Amino acid sequence: MLNAVYRLVAPRRFEVEFNDINLFEEQMVVRPTHLSICHADQRYYQGLRPAEVMKQKLPMALIHEGIGEVVHDPTGTYQPGDRVIMIPNTPVRQDDVIGENYLRDSKFRASGFDGFMQEHVALKPDRVVPLAKDIDQVVAAFTELVSVSVHGVRRFDKFAHSRRGVIGVWGDGNLGFLTALCLRVMQPESRLYIFGVDAGKLSQFSFADATFQVSDIPEDVLVDHAFECVGGQASQKAIDQMIDHVQPEGTLSLMGVSEYPVPINTRMVLEKGLRFYGSSRSGREDFLKTVEIYREHPKVVRYLSNIVGAQVRVRSIEDMNKAFEMDIYKSIGKTIMFWEV
Amino acid sequence: MVYGVILAGGSRRASESSDEPMQYQVVGNKPILVHTVEKFLLYGGIDQILVLCQEDWIAPTKALLQKHLGRGMEGIEVIQGGGTRNETIMRVIDYIDGLGKLDDDTLVVTHDALRPFVTRRIIEENVAAGRKYGMVDTVIAATDTLVFSQDGENIGSVPDRASMYQGQTPQTFRAKRLRECYRQLTPEQREILTDACKICLLQGEEVHLVRGEVFNIKITYPYDLQVAKSLLKAGKDS
Repeated sequence: MLNAVYRLVAPRRFEVEFNDINLFEEQMVVRPTHLSICHADQRYYQGLRPAEVMKQKLPMALIHEGIGEVVHDPTGTYQPGDRVIMIPNTPVRQDDVIGENYLRDSKFRASGFDGFMQEHVALKPDRVVPLAKDIDQVVAAFTELVSVSVHGVRRFDKFAHSRRGVIGVWGDGNLGFLTALCLRVMQPESRLYIFGVDAGKLSQFSFADATFQVSDIPEDVLVDHAFECVGGQASQKAIDQMIDHVQPEGTLSLMGVSEYPVPINTRMVLEKGLRFYGSSRSGREDFLKTVEIYREHPKVVRYLSNIVGAQVRVRSIEDMNKAFEMDIYKSIGKTIMFWEV
Repeated sequence: MVYGVILAGGSRRASESSDEPMQYQVVGNKPILVHTVEKFLLYGGIDQILVLCQEDWIAPTKALLQKHLGRGMEGIEVIQGGGTRNETIMRVIDYIDGLGKLDDDTLVVTHDALRPFVTRRIIEENVAAGRKYGMVDTVIAATDTLVFSQDGENIGSVPDRASMYQGQTPQTFRAKRLRECYRQLTPEQREILTDACKICLLQGEEVHLVRGEVFNIKITYPYDLQVAKSLLKAGKDS
């Protein structure tokens, strides 16, 4: 079946092209309903990636956060009308040791191949997870982002020693908010400290035990483990502070993306015996865990609804541009596209 | 009941050397007609798909759909159309009546087989508007200035482009009411009708507009076939 794919062909320019979905193979067909814009999409949209990357990746459909409705499933796993969350990571093989999101040959939507800005998305049934209809669908649209935090916290649970009295999160943006929220429910015994730059944003972390401005952290504030949710050029400063304020043998979880190499004070890392580990993206297990959290902790969904920003009805390419432009001028919050194109 | 009616009776060929009408030309890996039927098949709100073609094309069309759709053929019937577009639509309504399934709410979503780029939204909005308003046309805003001329030599008038639209399909109708309207037309009126919406208008029915898409083209000429082929592009896999 001919399927409209809305690809970014150049900065700020979407064009429609068509692919042909085979309705009789192992792939199911999902009609996207709610799509959420991520920083990574914006970097392509605004042409902020290096020129050679833009040339290599475009034309490509953006968006890797979204939910939809099943319209067809030849495998019979799902019924038409079922609500599902789509998983952007797409492994080409199974590995019993290495996570699907770390396999170098796994593909990722809106990075290595077309994302969800399509009339229909064809995927294998293991690339979706069921979504209950009574979960806020607008919040569910950015489940992928939440699942990245869930993934980070699950890895923390695997790597960190057992003294977890205080956990610090550096970063007051969306990633920091989500990671802190996941820590709240997945490490409920720990005290949670948030370190950020914006007093207004920090005030949204009402579930945390304390918040600190990074320009003014008392010297005696110490954490057992720390999460870096900053990324970009501020990564270096954040990591410096984390090294200073973390207790010996603590773990430092790196989650913020930086385009450039970041210098690290290795002397102090050695002296304190710190453990760094990076986390990126997520896999099916993390999505399942996220949906479980939604179900068992309805308050998480309520907190998540606080970071919903603009909601834009998208029925044309013009509307797509409108949604991306609105997203640029927000300070915090997720822009959601109601996908009716 | 909602019927998807695919009008596949056209006889225009892709080129002089071609034996088959345009709707059987392959775009990508499949004939255009198959692409169009698939679009209606995947949209869950259609109860039955009826494909209308000329008598001698019924068997090959059935075989073609069977080959590409396999068990998807359940719920699809290939039947003979009439001499004109409107006669074909009347035949469909008579066919549904013959099945004993024609009532006041029966909707026919009629669509050109040669418009395989129709989207789910357009079909969805046709069905929704059909249920609400009864008669529906799919249009896009006119981009070229339209010029009216009675004699083909001099301009009679230049209508305001802002209120001009180009008709596409689907066109959706309450089947029973459409047939009533058609039966009330004089033979002369029937003669000049090229568009089913006009049947409704001549009988004072209102026809609601649904927004089409520029790319919902009708693949009529060889040039259109080239455009269609160029619209079909596999994504990068980097």
